[in-house]
Amino acid sequence: MNIHEYQAKALFEKYGMAVPKGAAAKSSAEFDAALASLPEGPTMVKSQIHAGGRGKGTFTNGFKGGVKFCKTKAEAKDLAGKMLGNTLVTVQTGPAGRKVQTVYFTVASEIKKEYYLAILLDRATSRPVIVASTEGGVEIEKVAHDTPEKIFKVFIDPAYGLADYQVRELIFKLGLNPAEQKNAGKLVRSLYNMFMDTDAAMVEINPLITTPTDEVLALDAKVSFDDNALYRHPEIVALRDLNEEDSKEVEASKFGLSYIALDGNIACLVNGAGLAMSTMDIIKHFGGSPANFLDVGGGASKDQVVAAFKIILSDPNVKGIFVNIFGGIMDCNIIATGIVDAVKEVGLKLPLVVRLEGNNVAAGKETLKNSGLTIVSGDTMADAAQKVVKLVA
Amino acid sequence: MSILVNEKTKILVQGITGAFGARHAQLSLDYGTQVVAGVTPGKGGQFFEHKQHKVPIFNSVAEAAAATGATVSVIFVPPPFAADAILECTDAGLDLAVAITEGIPVRDMVRVKRAMQGKKTRLIGPNCPGVVTPGTGPQSTGGCRIGIAPGYIHKKGHVGVVSRSGTLTYEAVWQLTSKGIGQSTCVGIGGDPVNGTSHLDVIKAFNDDPETHGIIMIGEIGGTAEVEAAKWIKANVKKPVAGFIAGATAPAGRRMGHAGAIVGGSEDTAAAKIAAFQEAGIEVAVTPSDMADALIRAAKARGVTLS
Repeated sequence: MNIHEYQAKALFEKYGMAVPKGAAAKSSAEFDAALASLPEGPTMVKSQIHAGGRGKGTFTNGFKGGVKFCKTKAEAKDLAGKMLGNTLVTVQTGPAGRKVQTVYFTVASEIKKEYYLAILLDRATSRPVIVASTEGGVEIEKVAHDTPEKIFKVFIDPAYGLADYQVRELIFKLGLNPAEQKNAGKLVRSLYNMFMDTDAAMVEINPLITTPTDEVLALDAKVSFDDNALYRHPEIVALRDLNEEDSKEVEASKFGLSYIALDGNIACLVNGAGLAMSTMDIIKHFGGSPANFLDVGGGASKDQVVAAFKIILSDPNVKGIFVNIFGGIMDCNIIATGIVDAVKEVGLKLPLVVRLEGNNVAAGKETLKNSGLTIVSGDTMADAAQKVVKLVA
Repeated sequence: MSILVNEKTKILVQGITGAFGARHAQLSLDYGTQVVAGVTPGKGGQFFEHKQHKVPIFNSVAEAAAATGATVSVIFVPPPFAADAILECTDAGLDLAVAITEGIPVRDMVRVKRAMQGKKTRLIGPNCPGVVTPGTGPQSTGGCRIGIAPGYIHKKGHVGVVSRSGTLTYEAVWQLTSKGIGQSTCVGIGGDPVNGTSHLDVIKAFNDDPETHGIIMIGEIGGTAEVEAAKWIKANVKKPVAGFIAGATAPAGRRMGHAGAIVGGSEDTAAAKIAAFQEAGIEVAVTPSDMADALIRAAKARGVTLS
């Protein structure tokens, strides 16, 4: 689960990290109150969406820049009005963009130097890793690729936690002055505490800055959480913004379905994540284009299948459907009956190719055949994929 | 022979009285697996009954292992309690803990994995289908089925299968069985970012097992475990190996069902992994329908008999 920058910064403050003073507004009526909490002077206005590249983004109304520097609060109020309620397109949003529903005003800090700081899971060692760099404010993947010597990593032993010497080592490598070192040390510790306490999947500060007065501030904040751990963090769940999520994905999660929208025209309905991914792959392999990832889980009950069909069909790009079920424990005939009922219930008009395999598959295929519906049967994944690609071509 | 478990292995089931655990304990008993104990705290002294079987239930893993000689546990307990269940197996000194549970917080697994370092117990999973060593009976019964895989799709034989995904494992196994090729052991290592046993751990065991003549390795996007395994295979494995990587069409930054199936950088894409497979001399399955055929091609090239 992702949260907005202004929410992440509130969490940072709670954990004792320094951030530029700021206030969020969800409507133009809230602009004055938000700005009143900030001192007069240079102010930043930042569109709050769950996507990067905001500064270089363009609004669909032609206004350029989702993050703006303003000399005065009055100018900030004016520009906030141009962002709020409008759709911002960035390299990460896709062409549809995201509607800005919150703007965040912050004091514009004076920057001495920009750094990078993040904590995430290192899969190879199964340990949290702190990643820092003297190159901040730029894309970290590019730094890692072009100048890997400028990236510093600290692996944390979960049995002992973050050790003082590790913090010192990291900070010395960043080349900070003594006053900055003290502030940075405190910030790194606090960030680690927050990462662990909140079951974060990743915390990223880019840029982390030093100021002429040796402050160390988080100028931006990107935080995501481990979905599996949300059950023990109601305070984090409360920060969820459904406006930032695909409505079909939200609907799917209510039925225990894992759905991700893609931009093709062949919808997939599959049991199991690995099989669902490879179903997309095999469609592509035979020249088609998948409209979604959809894992109905191991069970694939009738209710789930009906819900899955409804979600799939709400995507106007879909021209055909590929159902791929390996009925391991479940009886294929029960699954086939579920499919037939679901197709009748939603009044499906599009071509449907079903590949069933596993337990009692002969009876399942018979049920599909005798349903009176035009369901095309595929013997293998390859056979079915070729058939559905042909049908939508 | 086989790896990890065989038909004589005695297993206990943590969470045997829950609906999911009970259902699969029954299926394992039907398969002929030695399910000798159940563990549900507070239900010690009761019995889990299924057909002619009467499996005693204990309050703790240590008690169950001491009373029955069980050396392997299969864990079906819900996510908030699963990490604790794994640690309990470790403390009881079991040989193997197989965690089926899906949805365990990463932080819990990071701590569990650290706590298991240097301990005797091996962990498989979590979020995995389990382990099957097929038997010689009808529909491969008489073997050891630990977890949730359908038993009947297997056939006793000489191919080792290792995979992160459940249904994709079944797909590979079914392709093999349909072609008359049996399996030594099939291992689902799970789709989470932090797991107990890696592709490489299982590959090493298959390489050492004289009864395993060929290997199918199934991976997916996310992490670099498959690449690590491929490098080791190139240097050490003479047996034919076929590979498949799911997720070539997955967009970056989106979690594809499995918590671990997410493309972060250029290293963990399907393309990078497939390239590593090819570099290692692993026969890459062009589509998921091609997994058994890919192994047949690899075996033919090396003059190895699979069945």
